[in-house]
Amino acid sequence: MAKLLIKGGRVISPAQKLDDICDILVEDGKIAAIGKSLDAKAAQVIDASGKVVTPGLVDIHVHLRDPGLEYKEDIASGTLSAVTGGFTSVACMPNTQPVNDNHTITSYILNKAAKEGHCRVFPIASISKGLEGESMTEMGELKQHGVYAVSDDGKPVSNPQLMRRAMEYAKPFGMVIISHAEDLDLVGSGVMNDGPVATELGLKGIPWVAEDAATAREVMLSEFTGARLHVAHVSTKGSIEIVRQAKARGVAVTCEAAPHHFTLTDEAVRGYNTNAKMNPPLRSAEDMAAVRQGIADGTVDAIATDHAPHHIDEKNVEFAIAMNGIVGLETALPLSLKLVEDGVIDLPRAIALLTNGPAAALNLPVGGLVEGGEADITVIDPEFAWTVDAQKLASKSKNTPFDGWQMKGAALHTIVAGKVVFSRS
Amino acid sequence: MSFKHKHILGIEQLSKEDIQLILDTGDAFKEVNSRDLKKVPTLRGKTIINAFFEASTRTRLSFEIAGKRLSSDTVNISGSTSSVVKGETLEDTAKNIEAMAPDIIVIRHAHSGAPHYLAERVNCSVVNAGDGAHEHPSQALLDLMTMREHKGSIEGLEVAIIGDITHSRVARSDIYALSKMGAKVRLCGPGTMLPVGIERLGNVEVFTDMRAAIKDADVVMMLRIQLERQSNIMLPSLREYARFYGLNPTNIQLAKPDAIVMHPGPMNRGVEISSVVADGVQNVILDQVENGVAVRMALLYLVSGVESMQTT
Repeated sequence: MAKLLIKGGRVISPAQKLDDICDILVEDGKIAAIGKSLDAKAAQVIDASGKVVTPGLVDIHVHLRDPGLEYKEDIASGTLSAVTGGFTSVACMPNTQPVNDNHTITSYILNKAAKEGHCRVFPIASISKGLEGESMTEMGELKQHGVYAVSDDGKPVSNPQLMRRAMEYAKPFGMVIISHAEDLDLVGSGVMNDGPVATELGLKGIPWVAEDAATAREVMLSEFTGARLHVAHVSTKGSIEIVRQAKARGVAVTCEAAPHHFTLTDEAVRGYNTNAKMNPPLRSAEDMAAVRQGIADGTVDAIATDHAPHHIDEKNVEFAIAMNGIVGLETALPLSLKLVEDGVIDLPRAIALLTNGPAAALNLPVGGLVEGGEADITVIDPEFAWTVDAQKLASKSKNTPFDGWQMKGAALHTIVAGKVVFSRS
Repeated sequence: MSFKHKHILGIEQLSKEDIQLILDTGDAFKEVNSRDLKKVPTLRGKTIINAFFEASTRTRLSFEIAGKRLSSDTVNISGSTSSVVKGETLEDTAKNIEAMAPDIIVIRHAHSGAPHYLAERVNCSVVNAGDGAHEHPSQALLDLMTMREHKGSIEGLEVAIIGDITHSRVARSDIYALSKMGAKVRLCGPGTMLPVGIERLGNVEVFTDMRAAIKDADVVMMLRIQLERQSNIMLPSLREYARFYGLNPTNIQLAKPDAIVMHPGPMNRGVEISSVVADGVQNVILDQVENGVAVRMALLYLVSGVESMQTT
């Protein structure tokens, strides 16, 4: 395999506490060397001077919709969207049709990703069979087939006894439990954040307590069982505080925040904008500030997109009946870099939230730059100015609330296992 | 004429002057309704579709009569007879209606925002006849017309609105309209029916004690408790509701002696309003219904942008 030399970039790999101007030499899909003034004859050279070179970005919350919902997205289009956004690894949620609740579906996803995918895919299996919340999946066998974490994302486990048993069972297998923390009884028939905007628009509200009560339950069950808990898309002030306190007590909990939750508030719903409809919903300005604070103080371990492609027909309807979710893979990097511009975090911390942070949350073997290790690398131009055009997204679906937004920062090259899988022209 | 609105999606978008103009126009049309021949040629040749995707008797009838008295051709479609039940999207339904070249679509829909959705997708005028728990502009306008008729002016009135504020599009539209016209709105209802942030919609004070809410009020407006919508999670019983939030001959005495009693209908007698009060001398409930036709004539006329009222 050809050699690749990435020259003169600011190499930031928080996992290795590396932040220096240096070169990276890639050979046979592996990182052969990281150092100053590397030279390699017959190597393809990427001039990264003035750019930032990081471990390939990792998104641990993606819906690839494959199998079964390929009209929204499939493994090829979803991973193309990922590499366009600078991601070299994605973990995909199990709410496919059929549900990824057994090793056959897991293997289907892995095989298809190996054949048609543009980046690494880590399938997340469900906690309960068929996402029905009644009995748990064969987590031991799933683990053997490459599953690192389980989640009933989108259809959270209501029964606390099942969640307790799932945690107890998952723990010895080293399986991480990802919770979409929402109390469905408190959600009721709500369709947006409960608050003054919902009152004004006459839309039913989802109160913050629906998330906080569930987050508190999951944290307590994790504390009780000792199982590794990862809380998905934390969106409320209260949930951030619950996780913060749990971490201080030493509970084995991590959490993620989605770019839309640290960028937008429920004001975005005005005009009945169905591309501002997701679950958990866009919250108040106070909640958004708390999520940003959680990102700044280390409570939040990872930025994850909750990339949720939906067909135009599922969004071009009355707000109350529109599907929940937005695509996020291609806008996550600039929205995360905006946190740096806003002074919330510094650049290395932003990179950590997109690389070793998410990888560690699910124990994924990616997210760093080590000699001899897999060459998953993203070359980022933090100053690259561009405008989001939903119709030009690589994803099959165009449901983004950021259409027309001016962005700063983009992946110039995305490299998976030493191969340049995406270059921005 | 200085009315600039092609659509009537809510009171929120209207100015004080707009509301004034609508009420004045309504007053002028009211006379037509008392004639022997109740018809003016104002909207002759115009087609109005009353698209009621949610059940309604009073509002639909009122819009239909309003359209007919203006000589327009009015056609009604309802949720149960429309293609909605066949799974057609609202956009396709809208495009199909539009292909038949109506001038105005009057829409009632269970989902908040449906009229806005429609207005973005059709070229004709859209008039909101009630969307979800969002707005019911023509109801607020007929309420104001009735208050003005009985009280001379809206400004400075103390208006108590009692009941299920959470699910009430009437309350929201009335809050906007009354606040814009300089009245004060007092809201009261059970703790489960007072939505967060409602006071931000206008000149609103929220009460939990009904007696305090109606004390010295000029207008007491009772909202319908939607029996079909209530589960026992929102209310313990209708009996208890009537006791704490119902208007009766005793608590009405707390309001000003010349206070008027209003209700958007249909009433649940013995629940939110006792029959003695509903039929009492202070009630103006049927005036509201009468004014509904006039104010809807005004809305249809104003959005159609025709040059002359031609009321003679």
